[in-house]
Amino acid sequence: MTAMASSGISRRAVLQVLGLAALLSLLGALRFGSVSIGAGELLEASVDLVMGRDGTSLAATLLALRLPRAGTAMAVGGLLALSGALLQSLLRNPLADPYVLGVSGGASCAAMLAIGAGAGAAAIALSAAGGALLALSLLFALAHRALFARDVLLDPGKDSAILLTGVMIASLSAAVLSLVLSLAPDGRLRTMVFWLLGDLGGATSPMLAALALATWLVLGLVAQRDAPALNLMLGGDLQAYTQGVPTTQVRRRLIIVTAIATGTAVALAGAVGFVGFVAPHLVRRVLGADPRHVLPAASLLGAVLVLVADTVGRCAAAPLQLPVGALMALIGVPVFIWQLQRP
Amino acid sequence: MSPPLLSCRGLEVRAGRRCLVRALDLDVAAGQRWVLIGPNGAGKTSLLLVLAGARPAEQGTIVLAGTPLRQWSVEHLAGMRAMVADRWIDPFATSVLDTVLAARYRLHDGAGERHGGAGAAVALARDCLAAMDCLALAGRDVRHLSRGERQRVALAAALAQETALVLLDEPISHQDPRHQIQVLQALQARAGCTYIGALHDINAAARFATHALLLYGDGRWVAGCSGTVLTPDTLSPLFETEITQVEAGAHRVFLSHG
Repeated sequence: MTAMASSGISRRAVLQVLGLAALLSLLGALRFGSVSIGAGELLEASVDLVMGRDGTSLAATLLALRLPRAGTAMAVGGLLALSGALLQSLLRNPLADPYVLGVSGGASCAAMLAIGAGAGAAAIALSAAGGALLALSLLFALAHRALFARDVLLDPGKDSAILLTGVMIASLSAAVLSLVLSLAPDGRLRTMVFWLLGDLGGATSPMLAALALATWLVLGLVAQRDAPALNLMLGGDLQAYTQGVPTTQVRRRLIIVTAIATGTAVALAGAVGFVGFVAPHLVRRVLGADPRHVLPAASLLGAVLVLVADTVGRCAAAPLQLPVGALMALIGVPVFIWQLQRP
Repeated sequence: MSPPLLSCRGLEVRAGRRCLVRALDLDVAAGQRWVLIGPNGAGKTSLLLVLAGARPAEQGTIVLAGTPLRQWSVEHLAGMRAMVADRWIDPFATSVLDTVLAARYRLHDGAGERHGGAGAAVALARDCLAAMDCLALAGRDVRHLSRGERQRVALAAALAQETALVLLDEPISHQDPRHQIQVLQALQARAGCTYIGALHDINAAARFATHALLLYGDGRWVAGCSGTVLTPDTLSPLFETEITQVEAGAHRVFLSHG
């Protein structure tokens, strides 16, 4: 009841606050690190960058390093939170996260093989994307009946068929992963483990960062267009269908969106955990369950969470860098538990 | 006579290998209220799903408002028929008002009161809630309603969809005696609305329906005016139990004797 009453007052305000938080965390991410930049220098370097002038100052150098990483962090967080929010709604299961359908498992396996073969960052990202695609194809092949049925049933078995198939693909990936890890040469094991924990250390390419941000934007818009339909599908396929939603097509389209989102995020930063699960939950507690509001808000919150966690990871034990995935859970779990305790 | 709103020819409904309804020919004219009567598992819900277009028929054709059902788009169909199912899935917190407004998806005006959604849609949603005696629940979370209340909210949502045809699957199964009558009367009072509903309560069916379709569960069926079809002679073999009829004032009351 309280959630109901408070849900409407400030949907716009919540989005504005999240946008502001994104801006502030971006500023923080650019300023702080093993070396901090003053606000004035940052502004100067930013102006240089925007005007296309080659800066030679320390600030310009640091900006060129930190901006792609910050952009990638935001895109990764946004994509994972979007994917998690979509899957929790699509599968009507609050425990779902971006990794539940095994897409990231496929990506991780392929990435580990690439690292094992000594590939560079771009090749790792590319092979992770290929692995994600392979896992998605496997899901579509195996859960064919549930995903392509002409029959709109009350049957909740459809969701569990997709979910269980995904869990099986994830388990299979985990098995292959442990084989690869146990056979990998010692010298590469550390890189592999860091990658599996979720790590933005390799995110130095401005082009990949721009690509990731563009992917986030496009997938976010595609998902938003289907958000009203998804809202009805929360109440079951039969009800949504009789109210005018082509449920089978919407489900298929959105599962592809989640797979691309998860695959892109995992390819860029490894398996960053927790954010895709927790961001939609936190948002839902404030805004209610309607995907029209949850999707954009969760996306923004995810971007902020990963960016803040990565900034803290770079600063906390500088010059050592802590994996963003671990920090995310360290920051996020207490927040989430505090939220759960609230009446 | 105007063409029927819904007509079936040679319709067959199966559940796995069992044939539930065979070669059904049915004409439902606008404004009629049909009840589906039959024992458990006779195919009432299955037939409703087929008529709703949610499940393909094994055989036969269904024509809705002059156009074969298969040629209707999902969205246009939603403007013509609504369906009240007999179970609901509420995984996350949603207000009753939003649940009713969501039924207006195809009209794109159900965005919600506080979201600046159309005031007319909200007013209509509240009218529908009031017709189902649950306006007081408008701000409540659907997950915290009793089953009877949740069922009336689902009925209100179907009314808010503003369709000519409403399919009902056990619409009063969770209602107390007062609300059983109230719900059926409110449905009946909506001018021009056509209903096809599965009902287990023969007495409620007899009061509500203009027509009845008896389903035996083995393919056989009987259709006709409720006054001629709903009699002890047809109902007793249908339910394989002795059913008698007594007059109680203006009403006929059926008694089953097990």
